This record gives sequence, C-alpha cells and structure tokens, in this order.
Amino acid sequence: MDLLEIKGISKIYGEVKALLDVDLNVKQGEWLAVMGPSGSGKTTLMNIIGCMDKPTSGSVILDGTDIAGESARSLTAIRRDKIGLIFQQFHLINYLTALENVMVAQYYHSMPDEKEALDALGRVGLAGRAKHLPSQLSGGEQQRVCIARALINYPTLILADEPTGNLDEANEQIVIDILGKLHEEGSTIVVVTHDAEVAEVAERTVVLEHGRIARIIQNEGHADRKEKP
Amino acid sequence: MYFKMVSGSIIRRRSRMVVAFLAVAIGATILSGLITIYYDIPRQMGQEFRSYGANMILVPEADGAEADGVLTDDTVRQVRGCLDAEELVGMAPYKYEIIKINEQPFMAAGTDLAEAKKTSPYWYVTGNWPVRPDEALIGKEISNAIRIVPGDRFEISGTDANGGIFTAAFQVSGVVETGGSEEAFVFMAGQALFDIIKEPVSYDVVECSVSASSARLGEIRDMIEANTAGVSPRLVQKITQSEGTVLTKLQALVYLVTLVVLVLTMICVATTMMAVVTERRKEIGLRKALGASNGSIIAEFFGEAIFIGILGGILGVVLGYFFAQFVGSNVFGRDISMRPLLIPATLLVSVLITALACIIPVRRATDVDPAVVLKGE
Repeated sequence: MDLLEIKGISKIYGEVKALLDVDLNVKQGEWLAVMGPSGSGKTTLMNIIGCMDKPTSGSVILDGTDIAGESARSLTAIRRDKIGLIFQQFHLINYLTALENVMVAQYYHSMPDEKEALDALGRVGLAGRAKHLPSQLSGGEQQRVCIARALINYPTLILADEPTGNLDEANEQIVIDILGKLHEEGSTIVVVTHDAEVAEVAERTVVLEHGRIARIIQNEGHADRKEKP
Repeated sequence: MYFKMVSGSIIRRRSRMVVAFLAVAIGATILSGLITIYYDIPRQMGQEFRSYGANMILVPEADGAEADGVLTDDTVRQVRGCLDAEELVGMAPYKYEIIKINEQPFMAAGTDLAEAKKTSPYWYVTGNWPVRPDEALIGKEISNAIRIVPGDRFEISGTDANGGIFTAAFQVSGVVETGGSEEAFVFMAGQALFDIIKEPVSYDVVECSVSASSARLGEIRDMIEANTAGVSPRLVQKITQSEGTVLTKLQALVYLVTLVVLVLTMICVATTMMAVVTERRKEIGLRKALGASNGSIIAEFFGEAIFIGILGGILGVVLGYFFAQFVGSNVFGRDISMRPLLIPATLLVSVLITALACIIPVRRATDVDPAVVLKGE
C-alpha cells in the first residue's frame, strides 16, 4: 500500500522550474533515498513532502489526503501529526536540554510526557545525556536527539534531510544504524542525501536532475545490510 | 513546558531582553511618577497659590436699602463651619475706618492678625507682627510719610460712632510691604479698633484663603450663599482663574510628556522584539516545522512580552514612587501622596504597552516560513 503518491507535480518559481512533472510512490514501511546534485530539486521535493510547500500543479497524496489542496493551517496539523523531521543542522533549541528538545515536539503535538521523551532518547542511546544542553553534546549526539524528537509522536513518515551531512564517519554509521532499526520496526523513511553510501542502504534511490526524476535504483546494499546478523 | 520555553528564551537572550526590560521599567517609572504628580498637582499648586493671598471674599449682602447684611463674629464662625478644616488656610475679617495720624488721613484696618498672617503670607514685615492690643502694623507708605519705624509710638484720631472725637496711642511693631494698597494702611487687632470707634462688631469684608480647585471654590461659594444669611461670597477671579489656567497647562504638560515617554517605550520594545524575531527566525521556523500553530508562536512571544511588562512594571512602580517624591521635594518642597490604585494601573499599562509593541514583531514571527530550516547551510 502506498503511503505517499506523488502525481505529476511541478513547482515553478517565476522563471525557475524547480520540479517538472515528477511522479513518485512510496510504500508503507519503505526506505527511500533521494539523491541529486545541487539545484536538482531535492529540497523543493522535501518541502512539498514535508507539507512546508505546495506544488504549482499535480497532487501529493499523503496517507490518503491530498496535501496539495490543503490550507497552511491544515498543513501545519498534518506536519505535526504525520511527519517526523530530521535535519542536517540538527536544529536543536540551544537553551533547552536534550530531553526538553524532545518534549517540545510533544508539546506542539499533544502533551509533554517526560517518561516517553526519556524512552525516545533511550532508543537513540542518549538516556544518560537527557539533561545536557545541545552545546554539551557532540554533533552525532545532537543528531540523535534530533532523531528522538522526530520519533516522539510516532510519525507516519520520517523525512530526513542530509541526516549525516554534518557528521564524521563513526557518527554517520550510528545514525544509519538507527534509521535501519526504525525501518525494521516498520517506519517509512525518506532520506535526502548527497552521500552515495547513505543512499545505498535505502531500498530504493531516486535520482533527481534538473527537476526531473532521472532514474530510480533498487539498492542491493540494502538487501546485503538486511542479511547481516 | 510553556513557562520553560518562555523563561529559557528570556534568560538566553538576556542582553536584548534587558534592553526591553529597562525600556519598560523607565516607561513605567515615568508613567507612575508623572501620573502621581499629575493627580497631586492641584493640591501642591493650590498650596503654592495660597501664598498669593485670599481667593474668596465675603461682603455683606446688599439686599436693597432697607436690610443690608452684616458680617459679625457669628457670621465668620458660621462660614468657617461650612468649610473643610483641611481646605481652609486662613479667614481674616476686616473693619476699615478712616483715621488721622499727624493730621494726615489714613485707613485703619482692624482684623484678626493671626488669620491675616495666614491669608496674606506674601506680606513682607520689617519688625514684628502686633502682639499687644496697643501695637499696630503700619504700611510702608505711612512709615515714609510720617517717618516712624518699629518701636516708635504714634497717635491716631478720628470720629467715633457717637460723633465724638477719639484718640488712641499705638506702638509700631512692624512695617509692612506688599507692593499694593495695604502699604497705606494701619493694621491693628479688630477688637482694639471697635473699642476705639465705639461700634459693635461688624466687618466690612472677610478675606478667605481656601486650598481648592476653582470648581470646588465655586461649590463652596454656592454653599456659603445658601447656608449663611446676609453674606455675599465672591471669588477673587484673578487668583482663581490664573490658578486654574496654570493647573490646566501643567497637567497638559505632564500628560503630554507621559504620552511621549510611552510612545518611546513602545518603539524601544518593538525594535528589541523585532531584533529578537530576526535572530530567532530559524528557531521559529523549526517550531513551525514541528507543528507549532501561529497561535502557539503568538502565545510564546506575547508570554515573553507580558513577562517583561510585569517585571518592568513592578520596577517602574517602585522607581516611580521615588521619582515622584524627588520631584515633589525639589519642585514643590513637599512630599507627594501616592495613590495605591496606580500600582495595578501601572502594571496593566506596562503589560499593554509591551504587548502592543510586540504586535508587529509577532506578526513577522508568524510569517516565518518553516521551510527556512530545511534549506541547510
């Protein structure tokens, strides 16, 4: 069953055609990577899937709702209820502790629950760093807090924008492992990345060029990874 | 969580928030201080104006040729009863009689000298005020004309009520300078004059000095007119009108300064909050990306504004009290009475001003595009 159906979407900014007639389906529980050079339309596609922008034409059906026709207020509600965002820059609020950063997402979604937030930090191996401020955490740890925040409201779709872009190799592997674990647990993940190694561990990779889908690759690396004990 | 976010944001941006807090505190100080002064000006200025002499006079009611009113000690007591003791500064009844000193005609004024001192604090007396019945205060003009000075004795003469000639000796206790017609008068105790001229007590005029606004003076005049027979109260227009004019102008000035300070406070707070919003674009974008509604963003910013408004308002109330006292003691030479209602009013205005100043910055905050956080750097 498709969680996300993108049908013939285009996004045009004045003279610039950021996306042109893009069709893409993402199945429930699938792990998809979106790759492409700068200016290929990756960010625009992310913004549209993440309910932060609307296509100029075409439809985007997320979990049965065509978000292309929704109001800004509805898009905020869909984003809050269905999407978990992971950012390249982590975007933690630097005057709140790791735990509080996770609880912020709960606060906007429903009700802050400290125990649940601690559990989420535990899932990314940071239960012991809950009371630390972002400035007291390494880049890898900050990204894991960001992942815990994205997971806390049990989103339908996890959208990660260059999740390893600011990390060293060791931390990159930790984040990939966490994403892999989430995928095994049934989460649907869309990762935008420049990094071929990160893209390889996804089930499919969509390559964008000049606003169009240039090719879709079924990744063998993903199967290999799954076979590892 | 809400409080944690609001307080965390204020503490984190404390250098900026201190600017906004100080702006609100200074605005609230000026507001509470000047409003305290604004309401105390009539009292303070009323007391200042009392030094310019009587602002109400009582004369016998001229009710046709047959039954003219008479001003006696009873009348004075009755009128005094109509007035609030705190409002009445002084009440001096005067009896005038033409007398001669060294064959030169002058005017003698018999009065309650203690009360005359209160109603006419602007009189400049060289020597002393009379204490004994045979002492008199003479005007500067008389002193120059007949060359007598404090300590000298002089004799007055004239015609009494029975048509007989009277003479009486007095000692000059002091010489009075007023710059007015009083300098041609001899002032003595009222009873002494009545004894000399052999007339029952009946005054020509009673001068009253009342510390009240012109509206209140009008009420007092009407009250005396209604309750005291034979008396016609009149307001001394040059005093009451100029008092009213000065008060209106002073109050308008205070009002204007307060308004300007409040506008400046608003501009300062708005500028600071605008800078905060610009600084926090990414954070606001993140919050919106996480699903924060515009209502949540507005609530957080207004929460910060109200927090600053309350803190600034509290400091402003305290500083405003000292500011008002400073102005009171330096300008009026007296303490200013504090109005308790000003405390909640100042807090409320501080919060309102801060919230009002945040409207534009908050609107800008809600306009932040959540996609800003996905752009990466």
